[in-house]
Amino acid sequence: MAEIVLDQVTKRFPDGALAVDAVSLEIADGEFVILVGPSGCGKSTTLNMIAGLEDITEGKLLIGGTVVNNKAPKDRDIAMVFQSYALYPHMTVRENMGFALKLAKTPQATIDEKVNEAARILDLTQHLDRKPANLSGGQRQRVAMGRAIVRDPSAFLMDEPLSNLDAKLRVQMRTEVSRIQRRLGTTMVYVTHDQTEAMTLGDRVAVMRNGTIQQVGAPQELYERPVNLFVAGFIGSPSMNFIPATAEDGTLHTPLGDIPLSGRLRQALERARAPRELIVGIRPEDFEDASLVAADARPQGITLRAEIDVLESMGSDVFVYFTRELEQGVDAAELQELARDSGRADTGASGDTVVARIDAATHLREGEDAELWVDVRKIHVFDPSTGKNLALEDGHDTPAPAAAPSSAQASPEAMPAPGEASPAASPVDSPDRPVQ
Amino acid sequence: MAAANTTGRQKLGWGAANTLAVVLVAIPVLWIASLSFKTPAAVTCTSRWGCFWPSQWTWANYRGILTTSSFIRPLINSIGIGLISTFIAVLLASMAAYAVARLAFPGKRVLIGMSLLIAMFPVISLATPLFNIERQLGLFNTWPGLIIPYVAFGLPLGIYILAAFFREIPWELEKAAKMDGATPYQAFTKVIAPLAAPGMVTTAILVFLFCWNEFLFAISLTSTIASRTAPAALAFFSGSSQFTSPIGPISAAAVVITIPIIIFVLFFQRRIVAGLTSGAVKG
Repeated sequence: MAEIVLDQVTKRFPDGALAVDAVSLEIADGEFVILVGPSGCGKSTTLNMIAGLEDITEGKLLIGGTVVNNKAPKDRDIAMVFQSYALYPHMTVRENMGFALKLAKTPQATIDEKVNEAARILDLTQHLDRKPANLSGGQRQRVAMGRAIVRDPSAFLMDEPLSNLDAKLRVQMRTEVSRIQRRLGTTMVYVTHDQTEAMTLGDRVAVMRNGTIQQVGAPQELYERPVNLFVAGFIGSPSMNFIPATAEDGTLHTPLGDIPLSGRLRQALERARAPRELIVGIRPEDFEDASLVAADARPQGITLRAEIDVLESMGSDVFVYFTRELEQGVDAAELQELARDSGRADTGASGDTVVARIDAATHLREGEDAELWVDVRKIHVFDPSTGKNLALEDGHDTPAPAAAPSSAQASPEAMPAPGEASPAASPVDSPDRPVQ
Repeated sequence: MAAANTTGRQKLGWGAANTLAVVLVAIPVLWIASLSFKTPAAVTCTSRWGCFWPSQWTWANYRGILTTSSFIRPLINSIGIGLISTFIAVLLASMAAYAVARLAFPGKRVLIGMSLLIAMFPVISLATPLFNIERQLGLFNTWPGLIIPYVAFGLPLGIYILAAFFREIPWELEKAAKMDGATPYQAFTKVIAPLAAPGMVTTAILVFLFCWNEFLFAISLTSTIASRTAPAALAFFSGSSQFTSPIGPISAAAVVITIPIIIFVLFFQRRIVAGLTSGAVKG
């Protein structure tokens, strides 16, 4: 058991590419932390540096209070599960799981005992004498987990361990990983590009982009209070709709209609000296079929009319897609990156589509001119030039950074340029984050 | 119907071409085999027809060569020199190939280029310098005198084949071994080498065949049967008298040294093809 501390850890490859840029993160003993981000954001490199498979260019890495920058992986007492599982094909499941103990010259009786125990936890007992080639994907994945468990390490590192499984198995194994971590109580760092895994698994989630941590926090906090456009767009599925808006006389003029600014929002914008041109973020789940909204709830939102292009019924709810002229005005760098990551830039799908997630009780049909309602209490307002969430600096009593517990800090680069940042803009130090 | 006709004709065409190729290759081999069973008198048969197969089969040629030290001793040399060269070449090649496949080090391209250069080098141009060097060093007409050049020429082949095999082993296995607490040496011996074993066997077979067949160094760097290998020894066979041609014994010896190769190829055909084409197709 050990806590892991990254202190301004930087990775620069020999060709000069900066993969990880001064990342600082404290992972408490027994905590389950997820590193999530699009491909190329440096999350795997960060994990490899913790593992010792990559050198650290600058900064300090502490495991259990000792600096381990120059320690070989075998001296760090950590186990890793790889995306490809990396099982040794020429060894049986038993030998695979016992390999680390054998290298450590553990007595054979102890090895057998530990392997059998791990096999029992993972339901692998009847497969112990088979070779990896004869196992299914899910079984291989469990062997990879077992190989980490038998060592009883002070921390587990997982590099997208579920991404090679099919969708159904992935959901099962996700629960399994969570159960095992809770049972063993071992510190775990888990890398994924899948925001659903990130949201469901972790105690805390660190969203990364371009080698920097954008925001660290509990999954719900990232969802409710994203610090910038990138986090807002990355967390949540389907992702948040971004709509250009112009602030004028206490109203946001948007292609969806005019949204009156609430008092606290107006104050927040004033305090942040927000520009007139803004980006409004609305989660698909904040839309509703207007006919399903109770009359007394209606004033809390606005209604709009839209022709439904596509309607996807998920059973529990319905996704409605409609088009609005959004492209011009919404061209922040973060959004372009999100589009690339989601593949929207490749499929040529228009960025003009708005997604709404509405109740399954709706009677709307494709092609219909529908009346939709938007809950404006939950909208986010972003500064297009910095990507910062302006609505966050409202009356949530955000403490000054110095007063906040500093168990998690984004690197300075993750924050907006100094000139634009207000003192209270520290993106992660929010009072409702669980104190580790 | 037109399509069926085309395939039928194609089959016929391919069949004819293949038969021609097989006949062209097989006739000299069968001729040697036939000669090895002929009596000295029949070897010089001048009849236009009926000379391909011996009129009278005899084992005398085989009995002759297998009882004389001028063939048995070179055969032992061939086996010994071949096995030692192969062992050393595969050992060195596997380490070099591992480095080529896995590590980024200065001079890697030069190393690969050099090894290719050696493989391409015309051997005949080295015969005279090597002869002089080995005489100066006292290596002439010794086992090491042949083993060293054989290792040198076996290495490029070995590095090339093994590097292709190593490249196909996922790098993550090695990282996993490192995480499991293995030193680089342990990772190589316990994880990588066992997985590359098929590649090593293939390399060993190909290098051994090269050593076994080699003639030029064998004839120019040896002077007695103390180190002369079998292919070279054949050239020094003499007839039972000054006026008898040694064609029969030479043919018999040629058949004897061909047999191991035929056995190798029959048993390891797949491996040899895999070795020659490895890395050509991904996956």
